[in-house]
Amino acid sequence: MKLTLKIWRQENATAKGGMQTYNLDDVSPDMSFLEMMDVLNEQLMAQGIDPVAFDHDCREGICGSCSMFINGEAHGPDRLITTCQLHMRKFNDGDTIHIEPFRAKPFPVIKDLVVDRSSFDRIQHAGGFVSVNTSGNTQDANALPIEKAAADKAFDAAACIGCGACVASCKNASAMLFVSAKVSQYALLPQGQVEATDRVLNMVKQMDEEGFGNCTNTGACEVECPKGISLENIARMNREYLSANLKG
Amino acid sequence: MGALSSSTIFRKVAMALSGLFLMIFLLQHFAINITSVFSAAVFNEVSHFMGTNPLVQFVLQPILIGGVIFHFLMGFVLEWQNKKARGIKYAVFKGSANSSWMSRNMLISGATILAFLGLHFYDFWVPEIKHKYIEFLPEDPNRYHEELVHKFEDLGRVIIYVISFFFLSLHLLHGFASSFQSVGFNNKYTPLLKFIGKLYAILIPAGFAFIAIVHYLNN
Ligand code: HEM
Ligand code: SF4
Ligand code: FES
Repeated sequence: MKLTLKIWRQENATAKGGMQTYNLDDVSPDMSFLEMMDVLNEQLMAQGIDPVAFDHDCREGICGSCSMFINGEAHGPDRLITTCQLHMRKFNDGDTIHIEPFRAKPFPVIKDLVVDRSSFDRIQHAGGFVSVNTSGNTQDANALPIEKAAADKAFDAAACIGCGACVASCKNASAMLFVSAKVSQYALLPQGQVEATDRVLNMVKQMDEEGFGNCTNTGACEVECPKGISLENIARMNREYLSANLKG
Repeated sequence: MGALSSSTIFRKVAMALSGLFLMIFLLQHFAINITSVFSAAVFNEVSHFMGTNPLVQFVLQPILIGGVIFHFLMGFVLEWQNKKARGIKYAVFKGSANSSWMSRNMLISGATILAFLGLHFYDFWVPEIKHKYIEFLPEDPNRYHEELVHKFEDLGRVIIYVISFFFLSLHLLHGFASSFQSVGFNNKYTPLLKFIGKLYAILIPAGFAFIAIVHYLNN
């Protein structure tokens, strides 16, 4: 396949970036999107051009690092996958592909397609945990009876890999899907109840301080999320937040 | 206001509650207006009540006006904050792949409704206030239907009204279900609620358009 790539290039966090055009002549439809990027970088290095910086680690849809906004969608046109799981057979010979970093004020660009998502880490630090005594007296988790439906929903919420596709896809750059998944995975389980009030208040506070936008329920996040996190979680977080405020 | 400026979720809930309030008002407004198609006497009677009852005039009406102002000011604030949260714009953004046009353009449909409200106030509210509180004209319980019908003699006005109702429909096609999600309602009844929302968002604006068109054709 022959492809024209239009890629955001930005020297560093403070430099002014812009879209650059590159041509690739021999892309196999069997390649993954990141392999195609590797081929491009080989070519650029051979020409003495700085390769395109992009985040990646597991290359199997687990780590959530491979943030790319491809042809106007987070992780490209396919559903329920990350960029590393996207294949070139989803594109056609002669296509022009736009590749941009995930855009949000709280996700500043570090270089090219690499963005700083530590705002997500700070939200997690604010309450995305349960405090457990690990001094050897830890209670067996199975000793607590948990309703199957609740356990299933908690697991579904816990599938979030913190990739940031929800923020990138949202026209408002809202982080509600991510934060609600992290709140829900505990809100649904008895282990999460003890710290539930502080958790939702602190996590939402941190989310707002980071400067993410206001949710307007467009549902774009749910469609683009590689893990199929449901909007139900956002409604649950809104309930948790309102009742936590009533408790004070 | 402290809570509203401090939390995205409070802002969202306030937006939803004002939207829900406006949708209840709209239902009541429609119920009264539709009588004008069937019976001038009933319409006059209800309008006379609404126009002279002090509770409606001095409590409900100010609350309604406050609600509308709050809702659209908040809508503009949210949109401005949300634009800011993106920072640098995407070169290519394919919103149509993952969300409805209505959900992405609440400000456009809302601003159209706002412009319409300006005209609508000029048409009905301003003459009403002038009649009652400025010129202190004698109260005639039978004047309302005639005044209403008179307004819809003008084809231009009927067309503007119908277009506005179309945008109202677009606004509510997203707004109805969205407001329930915002207040935390999302459960096994949500598919049914979304269906009712679609019916409401289509039938109520269509009903208003129907009233305007019927009066035009009767003229
Ligand atoms: C005065 C002009 C209006 C403007 C500028 C306006 C603007 C907006 C905006 C920007 C939103 C937020 C987007 C969103 O939450 O998805 C919104 C939501 C909404 N609007 Fe309006 N609107 C107006 C009038 C109305 C009217 C007359 C009604 C109802 C009869 C209405 C009902 C709603 C509802 C139900 C929502 C959803 C609330 C939510 O999602 O939480 N709006 N409006
Ligand atoms: S909710 Fe989905 S899109 Fe958002 S960070 Fe988690 S896995 Fe990624
Ligand atoms: S590289 Fe880990 S999810 Fe794509």
